[in-house]
Amino acid sequence: MPTNIDLKALSQLPDSKGHFGPYGGRFVSETLMAALKQLEETYETLWRDPAFQEEFDKDLAHYVGRPSPLYHAKHLTEHVGGAQIYLKREDLNHTGAHKINNTIGQALLAKFTGKPRVIAETGAGQHGVATATVAARLGLECQVYMGAEDVQRQALNVYRMKLLGAEVISVESGTRTLKDAMNEAMRDWVTNVDDTFYIIGTAAGPHPYPKLVRDFQCVIGREARQQCLEQAGRLPDALVACVGGGSNAIGLFHPFIEDADVKMYGVEAGGYGVETGQHAAPLSAGSPGVLHGNRTYLMSDEGGQIIGTHSVSAGLDYPGVGPEHSYLKDTGRAEYVDATDDEAMDAFRALTRIEGIMPAIESSHAVAYAMKLAKEMDKDQIIVVNLSGRGDKDIHTVAQIDGINI
Amino acid sequence: MSRISTSFEKLKKEGRTALIPYVTAGDPAPGVTVELLHGMVEAGADVIELGVPFSDPMADGPVIQLACERALLHNTRLLDVLAMVAEFREKDADTPIVLMGYLNPIEILGYQTFAEEAKKAGVDGVLTVDLPPEESGEFNQIMRAHDIDTIYLLAPTTEDERIKYICEHGSGYLYYVSVKGVTGSASLDVQAVADKLDLIREYTTVPLGVGFGIKDAESAKAVSAVADGVIVGSVLVNKIAELVKDQQQIAPQVSAIIKDMRVAMDS
Repeated sequence: MPTNIDLKALSQLPDSKGHFGPYGGRFVSETLMAALKQLEETYETLWRDPAFQEEFDKDLAHYVGRPSPLYHAKHLTEHVGGAQIYLKREDLNHTGAHKINNTIGQALLAKFTGKPRVIAETGAGQHGVATATVAARLGLECQVYMGAEDVQRQALNVYRMKLLGAEVISVESGTRTLKDAMNEAMRDWVTNVDDTFYIIGTAAGPHPYPKLVRDFQCVIGREARQQCLEQAGRLPDALVACVGGGSNAIGLFHPFIEDADVKMYGVEAGGYGVETGQHAAPLSAGSPGVLHGNRTYLMSDEGGQIIGTHSVSAGLDYPGVGPEHSYLKDTGRAEYVDATDDEAMDAFRALTRIEGIMPAIESSHAVAYAMKLAKEMDKDQIIVVNLSGRGDKDIHTVAQIDGINI
Repeated sequence: MSRISTSFEKLKKEGRTALIPYVTAGDPAPGVTVELLHGMVEAGADVIELGVPFSDPMADGPVIQLACERALLHNTRLLDVLAMVAEFREKDADTPIVLMGYLNPIEILGYQTFAEEAKKAGVDGVLTVDLPPEESGEFNQIMRAHDIDTIYLLAPTTEDERIKYICEHGSGYLYYVSVKGVTGSASLDVQAVADKLDLIREYTTVPLGVGFGIKDAESAKAVSAVADGVIVGSVLVNKIAELVKDQQQIAPQVSAIIKDMRVAMDS
């Protein structure tokens, strides 16, 4: 990491216009500008309001089940041989992933602003389920946009959303995955901006979304920091999290930004291998551009068209990434690496068999890199891995890879 | 004076409203576009908005999304679109051309290179849907340095203070989005549009074009009574979509729609 960066200043970003260095900002059509400004004002007021904080914290404790444990995975550590691996168990949250931290927060914003309808985009379906869940609880009308390809590979989550009372809208345009679902959700929002709150699922999109999603997810890193101090008596040496849009990673990383000795590794989806071009790793192999309301690293061709991505995990299958990650990369504060489909599946099996914990395929990317990293580190060092979700939703995908029909 | 300002000045003297058709460049094939542009001018178009295809047109409805997809099947890039403009300019030195699209293709080409190439090709203005004035400091400066107008959107949701701010940044004309929604969506409410235009005119003398929701000669005529420009897109692109298998018919049939609108607007 470069020694000349001001970590305190880095941790206080974005600036008032939503910029993280050259990244972030608000690149949307005019119709949405007023809604975003209103959201920003509402958020800035409520986030400082003790009544809002109290309700948010109470929901996280009693509805989500926080704090989530920090689990010392001794068997996996022994199996790998090297640094001590700790798992931040976001998979144990209500609905099975970190996504609920953010939807609780945004649904509270919707409630405080009196919008009767919420919409969301979803890839793996975890954010869609988390949104449908909070909508059911608050009595909000809910529609979830999901790429047609993802509807197919995440059938279980589609049905969960329906049971929760949400309408799932299958998106047939473009590459029929997460990016197209996000386009469609934006189109809905432009049309229904008066009565609709758009619950974005990741720390990306136009300002203030990257900031507010991060703030809602930072509970992960704050808890992990405290728990690591309590259990090991010191801070970890490295943090590892998977990065699609990057909300679980920024939630873990952000509270550690000023701890210069804590290294951060974001693990992108390497797909069939970054060298094949069939991946979803914009930070590793993309370049800066503008999509979905923010400037950030993207996968686009030399004509500026967004390229189709590939990952075995629907939740990482996205050509962009949250703008704060782009800046953490450029400043060198965080390092971005990748794990391939095969490496992720190996890690999925390893964690399942060795620890009895079945991770989401998304989170398996983080586990895969952590296992590699641990080997290169000493036994007295500590890695905290964000186990961002559980793998139940992926059983069909895994079975299919194994050639089994269930 | 830019070609756009000259056109609006001339129309104003004649007491007419500008008719501004939109088509996506390269839809459904690269060879169709230039002839179509000439046909539209002949039928009465005063300014042309030429869409630059983009893979993720977030502010557009299904009609223009599909047009982008058809154009991208032939890999119509920003530089190809500029080549079409240059070819159009060989026979038409007067009709202003405004490129309409999304920022990423321009961002990837580079603002400076884009401005130089666009000027050379004969582009007069650029409307980047996802680039509000807040984010366009450097972009605006470079376009101005090359005498390219930067056209911004105003929406029903745009509040007074912001109208003033946008008016300070726009040049050529301002594009009033008449409905909350994507392109090709609901019909517009002419009285509501008229009220908002009156408000906008308190802040600017730049001509005001109105688009979204203009579907036929009748609505074009209604809007022409209150606006300085009538912008029409989805209805033309829909016609192009119908004629994908009979591309010879695209220029004449699209031009016929324009002509109907022109006649209605001038009557």
